[in-house]
Amino acid sequence: MDKHIKKYFPVFVLPTLLAFTIGFIAPFLLGIYLSFCKFTTVTDAKWVGISNYLKIASDKTFGHAFWYTTAFTVVSVILINVLAFAVAMALTRKIRGTNLFRTVFFMPNLIGGIILGYVWQLLLNAILLNFNRTLTYSSKYGFWGLVILMCWQQIGYMMIIYIAGIQNIPGELLEAAQIDGANKREILQKIIIPMVMPSITICTFLTLTNSFKLFDQNLALTNGEPSNMSEMLALNIYNTFYSRVGWEGVGQAKAVVFFLLVALIAIVQMRLTRTKEVEQ
Amino acid sequence: MRRLKKFVASSLAAVMVMGLLGGCGGNSNTDTGETGTNAQAESTDGGTSGGTGSVYYLNFKPEQAEQWEKLAKQYQDETGVTTKVVTAASGTYESTLKSEISKKNAPTLFQVNGPVGLASWKDYCYDLKDTEIYKQLKSDDFALKNENGEVSGIAYVIETYGIIYNKALLQKYMDMDGAVVKSVDEINNFETLKKVVEDMQAKKDGLGIVGAFTSAGMDSSSDWRFKTHLANLPIYYEYKDKGIESTDAIEGTYLPNYKNIFDLYINNATCEPTLLSGKTAEDANAEFSLGEAVFYQNGTWAYNDIKGNEVADEDLGMLPIYIGAEGEENQGLCTGSENYWCINKNASEEDIQATIDFLTWVISSDEGRKAICDMGFVTPFKTFTDEYIPENPLVTASNEYIDAGKESVAWCFTTMPSEEWKNGVGSALLEYAQGTGQWDAVEKAFVDGWKTEYAASHQE
Repeated sequence: MDKHIKKYFPVFVLPTLLAFTIGFIAPFLLGIYLSFCKFTTVTDAKWVGISNYLKIASDKTFGHAFWYTTAFTVVSVILINVLAFAVAMALTRKIRGTNLFRTVFFMPNLIGGIILGYVWQLLLNAILLNFNRTLTYSSKYGFWGLVILMCWQQIGYMMIIYIAGIQNIPGELLEAAQIDGANKREILQKIIIPMVMPSITICTFLTLTNSFKLFDQNLALTNGEPSNMSEMLALNIYNTFYSRVGWEGVGQAKAVVFFLLVALIAIVQMRLTRTKEVEQ
Repeated sequence: MRRLKKFVASSLAAVMVMGLLGGCGGNSNTDTGETGTNAQAESTDGGTSGGTGSVYYLNFKPEQAEQWEKLAKQYQDETGVTTKVVTAASGTYESTLKSEISKKNAPTLFQVNGPVGLASWKDYCYDLKDTEIYKQLKSDDFALKNENGEVSGIAYVIETYGIIYNKALLQKYMDMDGAVVKSVDEINNFETLKKVVEDMQAKKDGLGIVGAFTSAGMDSSSDWRFKTHLANLPIYYEYKDKGIESTDAIEGTYLPNYKNIFDLYINNATCEPTLLSGKTAEDANAEFSLGEAVFYQNGTWAYNDIKGNEVADEDLGMLPIYIGAEGEENQGLCTGSENYWCINKNASEEDIQATIDFLTWVISSDEGRKAICDMGFVTPFKTFTDEYIPENPLVTASNEYIDAGKESVAWCFTTMPSEEWKNGVGSALLEYAQGTGQWDAVEKAFVDGWKTEYAASHQE
């Protein structure tokens, strides 16, 4: 059997490998190369060394976007995970209509980011209109608007993962804890949370990277207004690349920095939560 | 059994590979698609090797996308030259051009928006000095030249902007007791304009309007009306005083006037200034075309959006934007162009020739001229005689000013150092308007921003 698998190895791997190379590795390497170039189109690049990276340092919008994104990530990771976990706990209680609720909570996730952003822009602006304000009046409104939007979109998805985790907890464990006289709080702290740690790892990873890489919702909701103050990293990179003549290379350099940041954060986070996981 | 497995495995693999190929094929199709000349696009390669060349126009104006495609098809049917028009979605022209021009079948014909746009595309522009479209220009002012004096771009549409107003509503006001003016001709300076606007705003209920001016929306669909078009006036007067055509450092001598006119816009409008950040071009357009506002700063291109609503064509007029400068009684409307045709230098010789032939046909044949006229364009070409002037009351209004001997305001905003500069001014304007910032910030963005952005875009 092993021999067989070995024999067909190239047949099964090659197409995917080819697609992966064309669709990911090649553009990725080209992107790194271009971040050291000055160019208008990708075919006429001129090597300029690290000057693109130096320009990032002098670009105030990038620093602002970084801190804005970080703040947004912290707030949304906490909110989404806590709320999703709470909803998951509620919906594993065998109450009537559980399936209906699960479906309804999950549904926002099926709507595309641009449409969501647009719909929420209309909704939030209609509310703010009562106070003679709009979403783009100040970056604070944009920030909380984005948090609300992301919670609405992501809680349902994370909820599903948590539900799967909670349902996997063996009934004996809970029963034994109850017999030993553990109260509800203790059961949650000592049994449920440690047992769903793998789900927590996945959910924090997903929410963390999603928030950090957020683009379409940001674009559709505020488009960085006012004065690029509600602009997150991905949108900042996009705007640098496309809206500033002669800054294409800088945008590319920012993208490389961005990649390193996301990779670093993701690895650190995985390490941290992995150590907390327990064997069943 | 084993043979069956083998068969299944290999056919599955085959399907996978075919899926890949199919995926690629699908992609390349959508790239050349959108035009309706898809089938012909396939034959491009054959055509090129035959030495006839082909035309690929990357169009800037989505409003005219269909008309261009129709015209291209007509030309193709008539001459057999493959002609393809692709239109970039609104606001994505630069990015579309960036990706298209690096492809093998790059656009042969594209657009830049003026000297600043030319700066980033100068290496791609073919010298047009021997072409018919250059020779037919009414004036050399409509040619865009690079630093070596080569003709890099040709303006193909002339546009005019000012303060569009509703004649019927203005008349209604002038018929009221205590009106500041009795005839629109009296409004020929900022002082009078201000008095009229403020009086109308005060009497808005009697006039049945929501505000004198439409909302000065600072959403990205509308903010160019202020950060670019309105900002043109202080620049124009400063250039005029100094007798220059562009500068590396603006002084901002007319910035107080800029503030006055902007204050007039935002304080006498249909909405509170705090709402401006969310107001779009559609909002302003709706307010004007439904008769809720009397004044609307915009240009001849807005006619397409205004027509067919509450405001009748004969009620459309246009006033110059008065900012209180010396001798502005003689000021006309702002006329110029920011649409220049450029031919891709890197295209093959046959393609370049085919593109030149296509453009010559567009501006000289009956079909071409009629199509351009139907698009509502006023062109700077001699070949467009009176019967090819589009029926647009705003164009008529602008011609009246020229005939009356008023001095047109040039489009100096094409010399603004960069988009980034405009964005800086726009953001500062918005913050000032909604009360979260001071006017100083606008001055700073205008004057200091000009210097730094000019330096940044001219360093090599």
